[in-house]
Amino acid sequence: MRIKEHPVLGEFEKGKEVTFTLDGKEMHGYEGEPIAAALRAAGVMVHRHTKKGSGRGIFCAIGRCTDCVMIVNGKINVRTCITPLKAGMEVKTQYGVSDKH
Amino acid sequence: MKRYDLIVIGAGPAGLSAAVEGAKRGLEVVVFDENDKPGGQLFKQIHKFFGSKEHKAKIRGYNIGKELLSNAEQLGVKIILNAEVVGLYPFKEVAINIDQKVVYYRADTIVASTGASEKMISFPGWTLPGVIGAGAAQTMMNIHGVKPGKKILMLGSGNVGLVVTYQLLQAGIEVAAVVDASPQIGGYGVHAAKVARTEVPFYTSHTIVRAEGEASVTGAVIAEVDQNWNIIEGTEQSFEVDTICLSVGLSPMSKLFSMAGCDLEEIPAKGGMVPLCDEYGETSVSGIYAAGDVSGIEEASSAMIEGRIAGKAAAYKLGYIEEKEFLEEIAEQKKSLAGLRQGMFAPENKGKKFKKTEEGYAISDNLLKKGYIDSREIEKYPGIKAKEQIHPVIECTQNIPCNPCQDSCPKECIVVENITSLPEYIESEACSGCGLCVASCPGQAVFLINDDPEAGCSYITIPYEFSPLPASGDLGIALDRSGEELCEAEIFDIKSIKSFDNTHLLTMKVPIEYSKEARFFKAKRSEIYG
Repeated sequence: MRIKEHPVLGEFEKGKEVTFTLDGKEMHGYEGEPIAAALRAAGVMVHRHTKKGSGRGIFCAIGRCTDCVMIVNGKINVRTCITPLKAGMEVKTQYGVSDKH
Repeated sequence: MKRYDLIVIGAGPAGLSAAVEGAKRGLEVVVFDENDKPGGQLFKQIHKFFGSKEHKAKIRGYNIGKELLSNAEQLGVKIILNAEVVGLYPFKEVAINIDQKVVYYRADTIVASTGASEKMISFPGWTLPGVIGAGAAQTMMNIHGVKPGKKILMLGSGNVGLVVTYQLLQAGIEVAAVVDASPQIGGYGVHAAKVARTEVPFYTSHTIVRAEGEASVTGAVIAEVDQNWNIIEGTEQSFEVDTICLSVGLSPMSKLFSMAGCDLEEIPAKGGMVPLCDEYGETSVSGIYAAGDVSGIEEASSAMIEGRIAGKAAAYKLGYIEEKEFLEEIAEQKKSLAGLRQGMFAPENKGKKFKKTEEGYAISDNLLKKGYIDSREIEKYPGIKAKEQIHPVIECTQNIPCNPCQDSCPKECIVVENITSLPEYIESEACSGCGLCVASCPGQAVFLINDDPEAGCSYITIPYEFSPLPASGDLGIALDRSGEELCEAEIFDIKSIKSFDNTHLLTMKVPIEYSKEARFFKAKRSEIYG
């Protein structure tokens, strides 16, 4: 899902490649890009489930709507679309306001 | 508490412009922005801007952003990022959330240019992952280099919907359809035309019925609507898409103004609740100004001028400009702004339906409904003249404030009478075929045609902004304005010049009978995918 060569923008400048985890599974992304961008590039669509169990993913991508919040390094409700990715981050799908189903 | 001469809220086009004007006059200026990068939405706008030279026409939005930012930095404007303004008070104090702590600053003048947020519509399935805003698509692909989806349905055909659709195609994403409940396309005809010729269908008088999918979007169902916006039963159509993109308008983010006690009013032509301002952008609270989308939804070009006016007004209020100079500069900016606020898409004409251009030419119904003009009706417009030798064909048929085609022609073959007039090709002058008009048109509506009746072929030069770029000798298919396949085409020449800024001029050779119809080149699949 990464754009390799853009006709106007050329190649995108990215930080170094880093690994992080999603629900314990190893993932790859680039340092400094939003967590949500790394997840979208890896094909992940669902970031959280509401209390009633319906799924949510990226919606506004600018930190306004809170649809994309997840648990990052143990902290709930982190807006993944504006939170830069760092090596070793532990990202978890959020259920309601916890990591439990 | 630190006190500034001018505090600017929002580092977008309006805010940075206000800051630059203030700093130029010697004011101590600080700009606060909640994002981690300045520029607002400018850095996501990779298309060439409309207008004339003074409005930075034919320059891509992100390059305008870079220039503006470097101006601000050179003038010593302090830009504080990750700083969310959470309070604005009538005594010109702001409360800012920085690192989860609220800090306060005061100023003698404040320009709030907080921009707009995207409007949304709800329908069954709209909360599914895969339903996103058009702004989100732009952010993902143009800032982060990540495709928001593989195949997309675009809802809304205003300029944002059309521009983002084209950008999706440029990012290598398939667009299944552009859908709008209105009976006509909302944005510029030229924006629609460049999408239609790449095989993307338009569905006007159609709305979304539901998004399909369990965990995330796997499809979309649309249906036709009648004059009262009711769904006509039996007209449902399904599309297999993984993403539905919403582009249904913008709404000014004016909450800070109401907090400060400024008078606000709901003005539909401006997009919603806006602060009431005088001619300099000053609100009912003395010293608090509004500029950009927050005072009425318009283009970034207008936002920059409004920002400049507010910045100059702040400087004048604090005694940094003499009255005479101030009034002269304001008059010049207002003239420039008035230039942008003309034509069929001017803010005051929002929602109006035009049957004819200023010159009396009938507006194409096909263009408004399907996004393209029929080859028979195109010939009546002044930019199109039949001629054997190489000449431009200017398929610009609505009154839009824009004139780079005229300014770019070294032979003065193209005339745009006033800024909104339809461009006219003057036959008597000799076109050299340089292609500057093709590359400079922000609407990609200019082509060069060179017929060779003896050889029975025609050379058609088109603007091309896709990857991979074909090579001379490549074979492909010529498409007409609607994206229909016409005939085999061979790439005869490619002109890529730095000043064209990634608009490549592709010259394709087609049988002469397709000279008036072939307007796009599609590489054969084997050539793209090897």
